[in-house]
Amino acid sequence: MLFSKWSTQLLALLSMVLFVGLWQGLAVYLHNNTLPPPLRVAEVFWQEILTGQLPHHLGVTLRRLLISFSISMLLGAGIGIVLGRHEKLNAFFDNWLVIFLNVPALVTIILCYVWFGLEESAAILAVVINKLPNVIVTFREGARALNQELLEMARCYRFGKRKTFLHVIWPQLHPFVMSATRSGLALVWKIILVVELLGRSDGMGYQLQLFFQLFDVASILAYTIAFVAVIQLIEWLLLKPLDRNAQRWRR
Amino acid sequence: MTDIHIDIKQKTYAGKGSAKAHLAIENFQLSLESNQFVCLVGSSGCGKTTLLNSIAGLDTDFVGEILLGQQQLKPKIGYVFQNPRLLPWRTVRENIELALENIPQATETVDYLLQMMQLDTVQTVYPERLSLGMSRRVAIIRAFAINPDVLLMDEPFVSLDPPTARQVRNLLLQLWQQRPHTVLFVTHDLREAIALADKLVFLSPPPMQILSQIPVPIARDRRDDESVIEAFRQQLITDYPAINGLL
Repeated sequence: MLFSKWSTQLLALLSMVLFVGLWQGLAVYLHNNTLPPPLRVAEVFWQEILTGQLPHHLGVTLRRLLISFSISMLLGAGIGIVLGRHEKLNAFFDNWLVIFLNVPALVTIILCYVWFGLEESAAILAVVINKLPNVIVTFREGARALNQELLEMARCYRFGKRKTFLHVIWPQLHPFVMSATRSGLALVWKIILVVELLGRSDGMGYQLQLFFQLFDVASILAYTIAFVAVIQLIEWLLLKPLDRNAQRWRR
Repeated sequence: MTDIHIDIKQKTYAGKGSAKAHLAIENFQLSLESNQFVCLVGSSGCGKTTLLNSIAGLDTDFVGEILLGQQQLKPKIGYVFQNPRLLPWRTVRENIELALENIPQATETVDYLLQMMQLDTVQTVYPERLSLGMSRRVAIIRAFAINPDVLLMDEPFVSLDPPTARQVRNLLLQLWQQRPHTVLFVTHDLREAIALADKLVFLSPPPMQILSQIPVPIARDRRDDESVIEAFRQQLITDYPAINGLL
């Protein structure tokens, strides 16, 4: 048991070493500015932290991510559950959902900026509109899959709305919440960068655009690494423990 | 005081797709006196579960009416479903307590019931770790613990081993005598029905109708005697040959 745990960690480490090694090899072979070696990227990374640039822009982007993600999750959960429980409403709004699911992210972003100006709220709105349909669809599936027998039991024993939601409905929705969260984080942060690139004067997207104009690939890679690390941290520190806690009743 | 008057003119299940509509219950009238113990006996698939669901208010899609008691207050209904229907993400004790209005007031009752059903050692266990028989007993405790005015039981002792079934049956009778309430008990085990009921109701295959209602005149203290039960059963089968086909 202990051995296998160690060996998986060793394998993970080996694969990372191999990845960085390949990168280094390719950088040396190409020997030009478009692919800086890992050490150079690490240097830039450290510099950017020291000057406070990276933490500032990363912080701005994370704040936008948190706000737009929370709004779309709450709104999407509510709408999704209602649609999942009401056949007729769902039939009525299904087309709307399909439309919003298929509008390209770039179009919503441009339209939001055109209609509401180059504002922070327009930026948030654009992200929410992009993410919302996915959340709705996920929660709708969850609400449709609810176990009728348990709901009947709750009705017969007069659980009431609150108890029924907390003890019967929510635990069944949990896997859907986790899936909406995971896919949501990945989607939202990619869209946020575009939103920032097009109409904000701070945040990761804005910085990346600057680096692009300067052809500063080392900085682009440094910022990317910072972002990937943050998202991975959220997965380890928040999502994994939540998962474990919710699955404790399983055999 | 909860007497029950059932008058279902018609209950159909709409056919889905190309399937035909299915007439489940037709012209069904049954009255239960308050605190009576009634066993419904019929072949499987005859519509007994549909009837219990209608009484519990879970299925209101039928022509006719069901009256529970004369009070304005809706009677408390304990329902032991055919499947245990426990919440897998809540422990045994939580499953029982969720059905209660006032948990502290019922602590002693729950403790007592858990002990009687030999489940006091698994209170904090999640239902997936229990055997089916144990899960059934938890579901039975949940129904007992709320002190129901009406107790609906849908073949509750299936898959319990005979000694446990006998024990749970005795517990059910004991609780019923301590605190009388109206019981509707579905079974296709005629011996079990005779051992428990004030009145037996035999049901036809669908569309479900009442074939005959037969009171059980055996005194409660004589029902432990297997031979008494068996003699009554033999007599029933000779007197009402129609019921033989149901069992």
